[in-house]
Amino acid sequence: MTTTLTRPSEPKEGRATARAAAARATRRAARRHRPGYFFILPALALFALFFIYPLVSSFIQSFQSISGGETSWVGLAQYQRLFEDPLVAQSLFNVFLILVIQVPLMVCIAIGLAYILNQSWVRFRTGFRAIYFLPAVTTLVAYSLVFRVMLATDGGAANQMLGMIGMDPIDWLNSEGWARVALIASITWRWTGYNMIIILAGLQAIPAEQYEAARIDGAGRWAIFSRIVVPQLRPVILFSSITSTIGALQLFDENFILTGGGPNNATLTPVLYLYKVGFQQFDFGYASAIAWLVVAIIAVISVIQFRIMRDKP
Amino acid sequence: MMQTLRRSPLYLLLVLGAVASLVPFLWMVIASTHTTAAIFATPMPFLPGGELWNNLARLQEETGFARVMLNSVLVATIYTAFSCIVSAMCGYGLAKYRFRGRGIMLGGVLLTMMIPGQVLLVPLFQMMASVGWINSFQALILPFLANAFGIFLMRQAFLDFPDSLIESARIDGASEIKTFYRIVLPVARPQLAALVIYTFISQWNSFIWPLLMLNSEEKYTLPVALNTMVGLSRVDYSGLMLGSLLATLPLLIVFLLFQKQFISGLMGGAVKG
Repeated sequence: MTTTLTRPSEPKEGRATARAAAARATRRAARRHRPGYFFILPALALFALFFIYPLVSSFIQSFQSISGGETSWVGLAQYQRLFEDPLVAQSLFNVFLILVIQVPLMVCIAIGLAYILNQSWVRFRTGFRAIYFLPAVTTLVAYSLVFRVMLATDGGAANQMLGMIGMDPIDWLNSEGWARVALIASITWRWTGYNMIIILAGLQAIPAEQYEAARIDGAGRWAIFSRIVVPQLRPVILFSSITSTIGALQLFDENFILTGGGPNNATLTPVLYLYKVGFQQFDFGYASAIAWLVVAIIAVISVIQFRIMRDKP
Repeated sequence: MMQTLRRSPLYLLLVLGAVASLVPFLWMVIASTHTTAAIFATPMPFLPGGELWNNLARLQEETGFARVMLNSVLVATIYTAFSCIVSAMCGYGLAKYRFRGRGIMLGGVLLTMMIPGQVLLVPLFQMMASVGWINSFQALILPFLANAFGIFLMRQAFLDFPDSLIESARIDGASEIKTFYRIVLPVARPQLAALVIYTFISQWNSFIWPLLMLNSEEKYTLPVALNTMVGLSRVDYSGLMLGSLLATLPLLIVFLLFQKQFISGLMGGAVKG
């Protein structure tokens, strides 16, 4: 009787104690990992207060109209306004012009430079690398000011140099086309060396044996570059392209200082427009809608770039 | 020798590129030692002039430049110190502890890296206005202390740190905090150095937010002060060039002294990730 009673209960008890032991172990582990909360707490609090809350607030405000201290819910009206606003279209056009001209141009130059400066036979390699990287060391506002002064129409350094080779001065910052050229040239000057260094680091991660093997197989210089170097660099090129694209979409300092968005809004960017709408006209609802438009565009472009880079074998 | 000669077109190209990189710097130096009239005269000056001290005196008189410089150094230093502590702590917590909500926190950090900061401008401005922090340094520092990039960088640095070392420190009776500061953090010194440089530069360069926050000259940081000089009715271009030079100089010095950390700081896991 006793045996029949105890026997079936034995494994049950065993199971119970095992479960209890496991629970104790989990609790102990949880207790041991509890200090983790302490370490993330400052960051968590700061994120909640200065990121999550403003993010939600910005989203809500994009459905509101705030004027004269009166806040009213307007639904999608602010977003509808985006589509009808010629300045939004203009700023997007400007920024896409930069995206299709400046970003590929700069990334290609950066790849070329990095490839050359990775060759062991090039003299003064380190010196060249440092010099090309130097523009990335300047403060955005400071370098924009230098370009602004250099590009002055009367007596600016750029026009003086043109004069020396017998060319007429160019009205750099006051004509729509040239202002865009000036902006693109400035950004390219500032960021090419930076991207070159990133790509250079990627190049140095390619094992030397791969070049050797290709050379033995009789691959020419171009074949090595296009078949080995570029495919291996894909993640680095992707990184450079995405950060440059996002940077271009967020462009503010350079065009704010160089042209103030002019002439005729030819260098107006979404963020500069956001600044003007939000902090010169104090139309916070509309400014928030513009901000979310920028978020959406950046998200879409990043996804597309990831897809393109992944699909290519 | 023959090879070098054969490759001379390539070198010519490299030298031209180097000249293009350097000219704006050289020109900034030259322009800051001349009067504004001389800068725009034909022909323009090619050598430094003798106006440096006059320009400096005028810059100081017009904008209180010493004060501006001090403000920038102060804000950037305080920001860097606190931001790096917060990043290192959070990175360590995420790398070495398994607690509930860790995945969400990690995802959140990545999300903040992907969302452009401009979205926060309006609500942060309103927040600062409502607590009366407009025109204060804490408004420049506090909202951006938690830096997702820094947290991520430090997390990557701590991931490789052996658990057994942490465990043995615990057994020896060291508190969690002591273990972190005395044993874990010193090992991550190279990454921390890179983060310090990156953080300092990002604050030094910061423009749109200080532009929104600051409205009195004695609080201006460098970029804001330079921008106001452009707004004056008669722009003092030689003073402006000297100001730009002085704003760039600290970064140049840091770059030349700490090239390696400087570059890895700016790149931050670009290649590895």
